[in-house]
Amino acid sequence: MTRPLGLLAELTYRCPLHCPYCSNPVAVPQAAELGLDEWFRVLGEARQLGVLQLHLTGGEPLARPDLTPLVERARDLGFYVNLVTSGVGLDERRAAELAQAGLDHVQLSIQDADRTAADEIAGARVWRRKIAAARVVTALELPLTINIVLHRANIGRIGSLVDLAAALGADRLELAHTQYYGWALLNRSALLPTHEQVVAAEHAVAQARAVHGDTLEILYVVADYHEPYPKPCMHGWGRRHIVIAPDGRALPCPAAGQIVGLGVDNVRERSLSAIWHHSAAFTRFRGSEWMPEPCRSCPRKEVDFGGCRCQAFQLTGDAARADPVCQLSPDHHLVRAVVDAAGPQQSLRSRVNPTHG
Amino acid sequence: MTAALSLTDRPQLRRGVRTGTDPLSGETVLLFPEGVLIMNETAAAVVRQCDGSRNVSAVLHSVGEGYDNVAVEDVVSLLQDLIAQGLLVTSSD
Repeated sequence: MTRPLGLLAELTYRCPLHCPYCSNPVAVPQAAELGLDEWFRVLGEARQLGVLQLHLTGGEPLARPDLTPLVERARDLGFYVNLVTSGVGLDERRAAELAQAGLDHVQLSIQDADRTAADEIAGARVWRRKIAAARVVTALELPLTINIVLHRANIGRIGSLVDLAAALGADRLELAHTQYYGWALLNRSALLPTHEQVVAAEHAVAQARAVHGDTLEILYVVADYHEPYPKPCMHGWGRRHIVIAPDGRALPCPAAGQIVGLGVDNVRERSLSAIWHHSAAFTRFRGSEWMPEPCRSCPRKEVDFGGCRCQAFQLTGDAARADPVCQLSPDHHLVRAVVDAAGPQQSLRSRVNPTHG
Repeated sequence: MTAALSLTDRPQLRRGVRTGTDPLSGETVLLFPEGVLIMNETAAAVVRQCDGSRNVSAVLHSVGEGYDNVAVEDVVSLLQDLIAQGLLVTSSD
């Protein structure tokens, strides 16, 4: 068993945006968010387990008024602290306060290079505020990664997306194809790009790297529905990461809450160490003993770890089956059917903000 | 494409990269947005010298003073690896 390296702290599911590709659950559990003292305890336990990186996310982590003391405690404990944010609310005062508290890095979401298209996807007039947030971050000399989720509506604009990130002085640009969980799964047919669009995008990324390679690091997260093999989801189940949902449920990945009967524990009831080592949610698919064929005998099992359990569950009802994305999966026809049926005629459902906290 | 490292180049950690301590082993680690690198003692000593004020020649000198049996080729190789991984950047004198 390995030690966990990263903790993904989902501080809240509240967020001012309504992105249709959001991977937060559509049906948000009715439960109180962990308080500051509870997060302090979790951070201490995570540090004892060996976690080195903390990702503060959500929803929108800035929605938490207690974010600054949380960052301060995290930095004091020795974590590398990363803020994953929409940028809404990240004005000079807030950003300076967080930087002072020891924030190491900001990952800022931008929906598009075109303001109208961007605000259409976000379901709110926020593009200008995001651009302002980017400038605030770079002015403070904090490292900036811009994250742009790719889908059918913006995949044709790779060049403009890269130019925007470069103009904003970002250190890194992550162009990430939509991953189909939560709201993104609901909107999958309208979001899925065609094979031709994906090929064109890959060419555009290669071109962009040739132009900007020295000053802007460009990362590309593939559209796994169009790939012959699955993604190495979370670098393996229960291998490197712990996710804590806003209500304290501890998961091996952000989407695993949907898997029926997984045996999820809560940090309010169990220590993080006990969870990492013994929680059924973590042990169920750890390693390779659980794997069915063709994964069990496959030479790629140490490369992609059998792909995504949540995807197997969503598409086949059984989280233990091979990821249907894989061309070797007996269920691969299910992915092909989804890809063939996708089209622009389907409309997008905007994410609804949960009202409780 | 990696250009050959020059003795007058001044290496330093790229923005967003910093050192930290592994709570389990006490060893120095490199922390950055997409990952971590757990370093051995020699690597940690080399990285500590890369603050942007020393050129490669000075880094070699400093590391050589503190550690016996540190081969120049090994230190240069380490610097080039870290540059290739985007963790160190260089400026010229």
